[in-house]
Amino acid sequence: MFSALNLRIGFFLAVRQIKRASLWTTGLIIFVMVLTFLNLVVVSGVLVGIVQGSIDSHRTQDTGDVIVSSLDDKKYIENSPEVIGIIKSLPQVKDASARYRLGGTLEANYKTRKDTDKPNIAVTQIIGIDPVAENNVSNMSKNIIKGEYLLPDDYDQIVLGSLLLEEDFSFNALFATLKNVSPGVKIRVNVNGVQREVTVKGVFESKVQDISRNAYMIDSQFRSIIGRNDGNVSEIAIKLNQGIDPKEVSEALVLSGVDEVAKIKTYYEAQPQFLKDVIKTFAMLGSMLSSIGLAVASITIFIVIFINAITRRKFIGILKGIGINGKAIEASYVFQSIFYALCGSAVGLVLVYAVLVPFFIAHPIDFPFSDGILVAPVNQTIFRVGLLVLSTVIAGYIPARMIVRKNTLDSILGRN
Amino acid sequence: MIEIKNLVKTFKDGEAETKVLKGIDFKTEDGEFVAIMGRSGAGKSTFLYLMSLLDDSTGGEIIIDGNDAHKMTTEEKTLFRLEKCGYVFQDYALLPDLTALENVALPLLMQNIGRKKAYAQAKESLIKVKLGHRLDNLPSHLSGGEQQRVSIARAVAHKPKILFADEPTANLDNESSAAVVEIFKELHQAGQTIIMVTHEEQYAKMAGRVIHLDDGKIVSVQKN
Repeated sequence: MFSALNLRIGFFLAVRQIKRASLWTTGLIIFVMVLTFLNLVVVSGVLVGIVQGSIDSHRTQDTGDVIVSSLDDKKYIENSPEVIGIIKSLPQVKDASARYRLGGTLEANYKTRKDTDKPNIAVTQIIGIDPVAENNVSNMSKNIIKGEYLLPDDYDQIVLGSLLLEEDFSFNALFATLKNVSPGVKIRVNVNGVQREVTVKGVFESKVQDISRNAYMIDSQFRSIIGRNDGNVSEIAIKLNQGIDPKEVSEALVLSGVDEVAKIKTYYEAQPQFLKDVIKTFAMLGSMLSSIGLAVASITIFIVIFINAITRRKFIGILKGIGINGKAIEASYVFQSIFYALCGSAVGLVLVYAVLVPFFIAHPIDFPFSDGILVAPVNQTIFRVGLLVLSTVIAGYIPARMIVRKNTLDSILGRN
Repeated sequence: MIEIKNLVKTFKDGEAETKVLKGIDFKTEDGEFVAIMGRSGAGKSTFLYLMSLLDDSTGGEIIIDGNDAHKMTTEEKTLFRLEKCGYVFQDYALLPDLTALENVALPLLMQNIGRKKAYAQAKESLIKVKLGHRLDNLPSHLSGGEQQRVSIARAVAHKPKILFADEPTANLDNESSAAVVEIFKELHQAGQTIIMVTHEEQYAKMAGRVIHLDDGKIVSVQKN
């Protein structure tokens, strides 16, 4: 039994063994534990971070915190001005962007095209926006890579997603793209049979590929193209004040009866199915990698403690010989394992939260569909520290027990 | 105090068997100083280890302080060694990570004696072997003679019933050996039961009784 006395003696022995051990050896063991900790937290954290980056992109550049959109069988949200009024009256709401959305085509080089040439057309979603409100919600102006973002007074101007342009999207086997189009070039917008010549004002790029395949115009002009004068919009993206739970606003909108004319989804509920599947897959991958990391940590500590115990077999024999309880000796190795695991975790925690997380926020990994960050929620990290300590305790206890169980005199005399 | 009947110890190495002790009968009383002598391989250390419950016999009976060794569990033997026995080994057997004071205090702490009292008792024991100035030294910073004196201090700090010593002077120079032997003499005079294995006649003469072993048997008993 690990009685209080055995634990006290074990602690006494462990402290002295650690205190008087070679600094290099202790440093090396702790270094291995740090790497193991990083393996546990960072690898799965980056995997989750890739997905989180994508979730964040959808949230900040597309849906906002809550998105209100037309019912499945409707083209737009009925009584939109009233709905917008309800949304703006909620104290939790910081900004809202009402969007008109309709499918259409964009055509370039139509003036120089010969009859025998293939038309230079791309199919897209054209979205009418109030550029100020949209920028407040999705910070769209920051995504402009060429030219400029829309201004409220712009007339017949359009900004295009980079995936609509051939030079910015080389992988064009799946989608038709516009050739030789850049800011300043005139293109033709065709929606519901209505054509309008507009000038490309800017090109933007988003990590959300769906957005990068859209084209944006000033809402008043888009309304005139599609002939809608009732103020009914296709969707309203809502940005909330910091710290507000989107669910709270979603429920408030339901209570106001908005759900009768529109679908109300939090950013989480609005995530595309593929993203939800990716989250599940990456979480599974992360767990697998963490399990492997944990097994490696356990084996490492097992080897460390086993070598430590086997080289100290004589002294273990002496301890038993002079009457020190075997459990106290085992406890001393368990305490050493805990020390190594806690030191490794402590250094790892500092590295993760003081260095790596801020670094990845400042320099996200540039994935095609996401700005990958390091996701390391404190509660999950603490859980991993607990797992690491638990596995090292077990891995430290087993070899110590194996050596302590050997015949006392054989240990003292170094007999096999 | 210790009563041994027909003690047998056989070592097995695969098929081969080596009988080291071939039926030893022995008895010692409280306060006695017994020296065990014999040439190399006579079985004297094996005899000491069995008698001191550090090893298990193959046959025979060991009654120590009223306890039948064969009926004691490993835990009971460990506790018995802690409370009733003291050990001095040829190679000092000190723990390298502990200072002289900590080496001596450890068995006292294991007996659940409070830290302050254990350290005071350990210090007193080290002062008795003239190492009061070396309390905080690690074994690696002590000479062989000093290490052996720490070992003796550790063995007697808890006032054991029996002190077992396995060739305590074998690794020491003459001066250190004399110092160690002097300590044994003082302990014996104070009433300590001592059983010591030695191959040195001059130190065996201090004992009240000298047992000679040869080929795993007691061949003579000499009273001084």
